[in-house]
Amino acid sequence: MTVEPLWEVFVRSRRGLSHTHVGSLHAPDATMALRNARDVYTRRQEGVSIWVVPATDITASSPDEKDEFFDPAADKVYRHPTFYDVPEGVDHL
Amino acid sequence: MSDLFTYALRLGDDALIAAQRMAEWIAAAPQLEEDVALGNIGLDQLGQARSLLQYAGSMDGRTEDDLAYFREEREFLNVQLCELPNGDFAHAMARLLYFASYQHLLYDELRASADETLSGVAGKAVKEVAYHVDHATQWVLRLGDGTSESHRRMQAALDELWPYTAELFESDDLVRRLPVAVDPAGLRDEWERRVLAVIDESTCSRPEASYQHRGGRSGQHTEHMGFLLAELQHVARSHPGATW
Repeated sequence: MTVEPLWEVFVRSRRGLSHTHVGSLHAPDATMALRNARDVYTRRQEGVSIWVVPATDITASSPDEKDEFFDPAADKVYRHPTFYDVPEGVDHL
Repeated sequence: MSDLFTYALRLGDDALIAAQRMAEWIAAAPQLEEDVALGNIGLDQLGQARSLLQYAGSMDGRTEDDLAYFREEREFLNVQLCELPNGDFAHAMARLLYFASYQHLLYDELRASADETLSGVAGKAVKEVAYHVDHATQWVLRLGDGTSESHRRMQAALDELWPYTAELFESDDLVRRLPVAVDPAGLRDEWERRVLAVIDESTCSRPEASYQHRGGRSGQHTEHMGFLLAELQHVARSHPGATW
């Protein structure tokens, strides 16, 4: 049997939140990928909206580039928004 | 037996036996995603069966388990379409297309029933079966309009099951005199319109049948029903009253 294309699944758990990557699955096309995602990833009320993206369309950073990509941020404490107070009532920041 | 009891049993048995066949697909579907999808669909059907059998049982002092596990073959009132053994995946999708399309029209109308339990069950179930119809439709289109092999199998499944569809719409004195019931004869035209539209789009040809099987509603079943019930009932009958 031919292996069907791989899709990455993103689910918005409720209004106001972003879609979050929850996993991947196989499906022959986008329509079926959306339905499979509904069955596999939202059967316990995990979401109100689903995105599916062909895994081949995702460009990923390489583990080999980890040093130059990510390590330089380690000592830049001034980039963190920790020097002012978050106003009351602002959620999900 | 009251008419209402018998009517609830008919609908409940359809759902119960369909669920049993659907459950057989778990871990046997073409892909893991389909295992989960068919499992979900089977559990939807089982949920409908439980509500309807509980309701029937409440009328004569039996539980849903009494009705599911301790009735004999001739006491089951499901249509024969639901009990036929599973074939290939195309067979499963053809059966789901035929059955869920019928259930969708039935539940949609039953929502307006004056019987609060029936209308409540229908209101919840109509959304579930709308998805079952969609799932079956997607696959019938893809298999019918797929490779020459998938087309051949889809056509064979549609043809094989067509002679079991007339029974879904069989009218009788009971549904005509029970005011809270839906007479399924009135659903036939719209069912055909919808199902044939899917079949046309799938590039399969419309099935024809010179003979239509009947008898399920009066307890006459195919030779496969006994084996299905043996598997469904044997644990409960080997250990009556057991709990876990």
